[in-house]
Amino acid sequence: MVSGEWVEKQQLEMSYSSYIALIPLLPLASFVILGLFGKKYLPAGRQGFKNYSGVVGCLVLLACTLLSLYTAYHYFFIDGKVNDNYQTLIPIKYTWLSFSDSLSIDMGIILDPISVMMLVVVSFISLMVHIFSLGYMKGEERFGTYYAFLSLFTFSMLGLVVASNIFQTYIFWELVGISSYLLIGFYYDRPSAVAAAKKAFIVTRFADLGFLIGILILGFQSETLDFNTLIQRLTDVRSPQLLAIASTSFLGISLLTWALTLVFIGGAGKSAMFPLHIWLPDAMEGPTPVSALIHAATMVVAGVYLVARLFPVFHINGASLHVVTWAGALSAFLAAVIACTQTDIKRVLAYSTISQIGYMMFALGVSGYGGENGLGYTASMFHLFTHAFFKSLLFLCAGAVIHIVHSNEMKDMGGLRKFMPITNIAFLIACLAIAGIPPFAGFFSKEEILLAAWQNNTAIYYIGLITSGITAFYMFRLYFSIFWNNTHHSPPHSYRDTTHHPEGTMSMKIPLVILTIGTLLVGFTPFSNFISSDGKAFASEVHLTFSIVPVTIAIVGILIAYSLYFKRSDRPQKVAASLGGLYKTAYRKFYMDEIYLFVTKKVIFNLVGRPSAWIDRNIVDGTMNGIAWTTGKISVLIKGVQSGRVQSYALYFFGGIVVLAIVILYLWK
Amino acid sequence: MSEVPISHILFVSTALFFIGMYGLFTRRNMITMLMAIELILNSVNINFVVFNKFLYPEKLDGIFFTIFIITIAAAEAAIAIAIIINLYRSHRSIDVESASEMKG
Repeated sequence: MVSGEWVEKQQLEMSYSSYIALIPLLPLASFVILGLFGKKYLPAGRQGFKNYSGVVGCLVLLACTLLSLYTAYHYFFIDGKVNDNYQTLIPIKYTWLSFSDSLSIDMGIILDPISVMMLVVVSFISLMVHIFSLGYMKGEERFGTYYAFLSLFTFSMLGLVVASNIFQTYIFWELVGISSYLLIGFYYDRPSAVAAAKKAFIVTRFADLGFLIGILILGFQSETLDFNTLIQRLTDVRSPQLLAIASTSFLGISLLTWALTLVFIGGAGKSAMFPLHIWLPDAMEGPTPVSALIHAATMVVAGVYLVARLFPVFHINGASLHVVTWAGALSAFLAAVIACTQTDIKRVLAYSTISQIGYMMFALGVSGYGGENGLGYTASMFHLFTHAFFKSLLFLCAGAVIHIVHSNEMKDMGGLRKFMPITNIAFLIACLAIAGIPPFAGFFSKEEILLAAWQNNTAIYYIGLITSGITAFYMFRLYFSIFWNNTHHSPPHSYRDTTHHPEGTMSMKIPLVILTIGTLLVGFTPFSNFISSDGKAFASEVHLTFSIVPVTIAIVGILIAYSLYFKRSDRPQKVAASLGGLYKTAYRKFYMDEIYLFVTKKVIFNLVGRPSAWIDRNIVDGTMNGIAWTTGKISVLIKGVQSGRVQSYALYFFGGIVVLAIVILYLWK
Repeated sequence: MSEVPISHILFVSTALFFIGMYGLFTRRNMITMLMAIELILNSVNINFVVFNKFLYPEKLDGIFFTIFIITIAAAEAAIAIAIIINLYRSHRSIDVESASEMKG
């Protein structure tokens, strides 16, 4: 690089460094303040002292969002682009642990198109959820704690997306894991919530083990943990590191493939890809706004983000990219099938999240690198972006519905459109968006994904196409079941008597409206101008002829849902009965939970757990207990000497002197 | 009048030492025990003085040692009596056997 350019880049990085660290640190400060003082000084629920913690949390997040938007504006429109190429800036880098000259764990901030985009998404969605929670969590006893946890999550997630070092990513990766655990288990007096929190933590932790091993292999072989250097060394065909890692093989598979696949397993755990998805549906035990924030819009896409961050390396290793592709496609399809059979509305949304993340994954998998070839990469990030809006909107609507109905079950709902008109419209728009109907957000990103798949891998394209039809079907099944379908035979529910605030408070409606507007507009972002695999902008247009097939399939899906669920009838039961075993298998989620239980309880507990426990109890503990027993016996023996009588002490003393005198006089030579 | 030979003086100091030792081990009264300790210390003093006189008559080291020991014995007696008084206050007795609860 020419030295003038280098100096310019330095100055540019300096211009960001003044405020960029505030973005993750502000939520951290709010976490500390609310966590330490929230309960005592900012109590909720007492008259005149309502929701102070929430207001603090919201204001901090507002500041954070404004800073993120300002950063994005600056980066994308003013100075991020040099010679038509978005450059990677590192405004802040602080060496935390240094192992050798090049290998160190840094705490840094990286700015490139995807991290800036994620900053905006995370802080914006988090802000919406903070505001929504003001109403949704009102009267909750641990209100301050809730906001403290939300802030902790926001801090961790922002730290994750701006990590400049793969180990920093790992640290924040675990932090989002723990905040997710805390929030899923927020209602800790419900055993199901506690179980779900544990399940989520253990499953993701198990996957993170793969991630850690992957990091260690990558770090060992490339001799660096810094993202930029790592990517540089592992993509340059002349570099000795790439030669070493690609030529060393373990069990017949090259070390690079191992490392990337292991990193992907970590990502798959967080992003709930088959077969590590089992924690996500259970995670719906947490408060609904939390599901919107963590388990739909932000944390679960961390896996996608990780693969995107390492995409240049993934791209030169076809085998690991294949793993990504097929894991994504399989998840997209199977989760969509399961979603058709579930009756808990949050679980349907959870499976739809898995399915949509599957889309993002296989979009990355089929992508090439550079320019127009990187369409899949752009599409994946685009879908991540739009999905964050409409999926958090769906969850917040579901939250509003649950707030009224006090139930998660579809059968308790129906005909709600009259009671909650705003939620109805918002939910409809979000459903249209996720189904891929133009001109809503999901259409654009999904078309781009399908186009990328069509250009690279036809089999994946057809899976994606079928899945998009199923998606449209189950989303409208949900929509019609909640808001229409009002020939209710069951006794009237509490919400029918609701006279005041039928849709919750103002603070619950505003985020819905803002997100609805977002869902309507974000699809028109010329995304490929900003985000591409190599930083070089390219123009992508919507191919109308190509869109005909997916849109038609989506409409067919909607029509089937309409015919089955618009009015209450026994047709769904008949269809389910005619499918028989197939329906039952999907309803039981392909028996994944049962398989896991079998493997852990029967195989691991019996074959590994029990022998280990025996060794621990009898050999490890036995040795320790033996030592303690011996010491005890000896001390009982010598305890009698310490009688408390001064004269016997004096006697021992003189006896000792006499013995010493004899030794010195006669035996000392 | 002839000089007293060293063996006589050493005999006195040894006798004094063992009388003190006997008193320390057999008496239960702490004041008596304190007196026994003084006897032991004084037997040492005699030893210092006599060895100084017979071995190095031109030096005074032994005598200084004796003065030191007397000083320390005075201090020690003060502390010992303070302890005894406190013991008496808490136990109403200065019998050493009655204060045996400080065992481990």
